[in-house]
Amino acid sequence: MLKQISIYLSENPTLRYWIVRPEWVAVILLIISIISSIQLSPFFADLAFIMDSATPYVEYGLIAIILTLIIISGEIDLSIASMIALTAVIFGTAYNAGIGMPMSIVIALLSGTLCGLFNGILVTKLQIPSIILTIGTLTLYRGIAQSLASDFSLGGYPSWFIGIDYRYVGIVPIPVIIFTVFAIVVGFFLSSTIYGKQLYLIGTNPQTAKYSGIKVDRVKLLLFTLSGLVCGIAGVLTTSRLAVARFNMATGAELEIVLMVMLGGTYIFGGRGNIFGTFIAFWIVVILRAGLNVARIKIESQLTILGAMLIIAIILTNYIYSKSQK
Amino acid sequence: MTLFDKFLRIRELGIFSIIVVFVIVAAIIDPRFMTLDSWRAVFLAIPLILVMAMGQMMVIICRHVDISIGSILAFSAIVIGLLYIQFPGLSLWLSLVITAFVGLVMGLINGFIVTRFNVHSIIVTLGTLSLYRGLVFIVSGGRQIDRNDIPEHVVSFSQTSFLFSIPGILIFSAIIVVITHLVMRHSVLGREIYATGSNPVAAHLKGINVTKVTLFCFGICGMLAGVAGLFYASRFGYVNPGVTGVGIEFIVIAGVIIGGTSITGGSGSVLGTFLGILLLGIINVALPVLNIPGEFQKAIYGLIIVIALALDQLIIYRMKKLSGGLNA
Repeated sequence: MLKQISIYLSENPTLRYWIVRPEWVAVILLIISIISSIQLSPFFADLAFIMDSATPYVEYGLIAIILTLIIISGEIDLSIASMIALTAVIFGTAYNAGIGMPMSIVIALLSGTLCGLFNGILVTKLQIPSIILTIGTLTLYRGIAQSLASDFSLGGYPSWFIGIDYRYVGIVPIPVIIFTVFAIVVGFFLSSTIYGKQLYLIGTNPQTAKYSGIKVDRVKLLLFTLSGLVCGIAGVLTTSRLAVARFNMATGAELEIVLMVMLGGTYIFGGRGNIFGTFIAFWIVVILRAGLNVARIKIESQLTILGAMLIIAIILTNYIYSKSQK
Repeated sequence: MTLFDKFLRIRELGIFSIIVVFVIVAAIIDPRFMTLDSWRAVFLAIPLILVMAMGQMMVIICRHVDISIGSILAFSAIVIGLLYIQFPGLSLWLSLVITAFVGLVMGLINGFIVTRFNVHSIIVTLGTLSLYRGLVFIVSGGRQIDRNDIPEHVVSFSQTSFLFSIPGILIFSAIIVVITHLVMRHSVLGREIYATGSNPVAAHLKGINVTKVTLFCFGICGMLAGVAGLFYASRFGYVNPGVTGVGIEFIVIAGVIIGGTSITGGSGSVLGTFLGILLLGIINVALPVLNIPGEFQKAIYGLIIVIALALDQLIIYRMKKLSGGLNA
């Protein structure tokens, strides 16, 4: 049976192109996790509950979308979680210094952009492999956040700023709307503009891309800077949600963000992947986390499952791409 | 070439002179830094990281990075702690064997996934970093191993020994360093590790079993992280599932990289790694002496990593230029 299917598929390349795709793994996983969660507790069928569970992960989701672009272009940014903490702490410090809310937000976004730019310059100008460089800046940015904030929680924001996750349009919280709109915009950019196509080319073969007249370094620099900017936005959103900024917030978030990208079927070596997969994977992580919480599994023990899922997702994606390349 | 020229060509000279300058500056600012107490603190802080750095160095020379070692340390520490609660009389040697075995298995799992599925090791170990940390919580049930759970003979391992009452962990880590040096410099296996790191394809064509060499490096790295778990339990007298070993991988990687090990693989030495770890240990002890708050430590370590990476890349760039771009 399986053999017949595979023979049939190999005779119909167009059909195979649509069927043998890692995104379908994400969709199937999403359906499985929804069904098993509903078995676990009937409250899961409640859309409002799922929407509410999604808000804490929106910050990660936003970054996962930019990280998808970075991984498609063949690089990676692991300093994301530290940039969330650093921008949040800078935001808190700036606000407590009394320079007003709009100015603090501008400074937070600017500092995130600068962090991203720093990563980008070191990667493109000095040619340091991004995977190891961002491990270094991960320590650096978190360390700067710790030096700034020490062990204090920076709070005292006006009430209109706090609790963006409690504002709704209908039953949908505002952060989820921000995430969805952002995903659609970036998804359109990636799939339907020439700049999106260039990213795939850069990831597949940077040399060819360079000789085709694409300014590879400039595109990569832009992506890293963008990643910093989005981390700045995520930092401000997190501060609004938690009402405080601390140096150790979003610790270990790089696991969940990379997991979202990998589950979505983005190829770790670059050149393949799309935003739709990341968007679906975001909801997998949300439902998985909510389901594990309902099943009363300790937050720390959930790490085992997330870590195992990351490894399985990479192996599966690599396997599917090796099949579809034939 | 005169002897002096040869001396200047030693790659570890740079880091050694940084250490000397740092110590002199610290000693001038505050003479308390040169007391026996602070040097005792330096050499008590080192062994734990030094042992892990030996394994990490092998992995980095082999062109990989293992960032799950902090969780491996925590897991082996929690396992040995739970065993001490059950069997307080467990001998030190048996504990060493157990922790080494636990670490070896975890390291081999990392190595297996990396070699079998050909995925970048940082992503794989980012997964196992969380996986092992979750296991720590599951095995321990979230409880801490307290000071009175750890038997006296294990605690004294990090305080004294039969030899001039030098702490046992210091002697033991020195033995591991010497063995690693002998393996890396004077054994076929060691040379194969360098060959694999500098060019995996060529190494394969030369008949080196690259998979086996990579597995060996990951296995040893895990094993030494496991042994470091016993050191941790002995040195600090407690094991906390949420605190033990968190973030220690970045300190280890920092030490290895500033010790001159190239992240693109194929070069690095035990002496350099030792000096790198020594510098971090000295900085660690010197910060309070120099009136720099402890919060700055992580930022300084991070800055050191980034600078070391940039320098490493500049050296590679210059070497490429010297060799006419042939040695890519």
